[in-house]
Amino acid sequence: MGNDLVLRVVGKLLIPFILMFALYVQFHGDFGPGGGFQAGVIFAAGIVFYALIFGLENARKVMPDWLVETMLAAGVLLYAGVGVAGLLLGGNFLDYFVLAHDPVHGQHRGIFWVEVGVAITVCGVMLKIFYMFASRGLAEDQK
Amino acid sequence: MAFAVLALARTRNLFAAVVLSGAYSFLMATVLVALDAVDVAMTEAAVGAGVSTVLLLGALHLCKSDEAKPAHRPWLPLSVSVATAALLVYGAMGLPDFADPQAPIHQHVAPRYLQNEVDVPNVVTAVLASFRGFDTLGEVTVVFTAGAGIIALLRRRKHKRAGDGQ
Repeated sequence: MGNDLVLRVVGKLLIPFILMFALYVQFHGDFGPGGGFQAGVIFAAGIVFYALIFGLENARKVMPDWLVETMLAAGVLLYAGVGVAGLLLGGNFLDYFVLAHDPVHGQHRGIFWVEVGVAITVCGVMLKIFYMFASRGLAEDQK
Repeated sequence: MAFAVLALARTRNLFAAVVLSGAYSFLMATVLVALDAVDVAMTEAAVGAGVSTVLLLGALHLCKSDEAKPAHRPWLPLSVSVATAALLVYGAMGLPDFADPQAPIHQHVAPRYLQNEVDVPNVVTAVLASFRGFDTLGEVTVVFTAGAGIIALLRRRKHKRAGDGQ
């Protein structure tokens, strides 16, 4: 599939916009539809698209395995970390009101970081599953 | 959509089945947009039509692309699923009308959510991340566990194969 000129050109054109749209969905999630899960999935779909067109090895250069595996855990840790931060600042677990002086700002801050955590984990898991399946296929081919 | 499902049930070629299920997911996403659930539609289009189609194609690459003939007639499973569907349709007739403001689900905690004391314009985000933060933490943990399980399963197999080769 990698030698198709149309796919390469369209992919090169579209992939930056897919990634940009993922970030838009992430950071505009407070105002429009979307949020962490959608953003993570769209970001992962953009990378998978890249891997399909330009090959798994090139995608691995962009998103190396160690980064993907770190993302897997980092998102959950960030989410739980927001909860623990609430605890340390004197509230309940996942209580965002104490994260800033103004309770409403605290809510915004808490929601923001929680959504970032969701996006990181979802994107990492999607990419990891894809890498696992795709690299198994490659191993079979070489056999 | 009905056509996609019928074709999906008829086909014996797994490649066609994967492509049809991707098309079904896209149609489902348009239905969700029509129901004003844009974020669910985005998820359906990206996961259902995008990533899972790619994953199924990757799995298809590892096995034969034609479904084996079933060993026996499908009458028992068919009757069970038809009976379940009939029961569900019967139950759905007892639900309140679509978008009925008097429905119980709109009387319980929803008014408090809509007062929007966290001041986030998107109520879905507010509910998911703030009011039901524990639920969402659990969901993220489920996703993480899925990824960890995939790593544990597939990686060990790779090591074993390397061991077999020696």
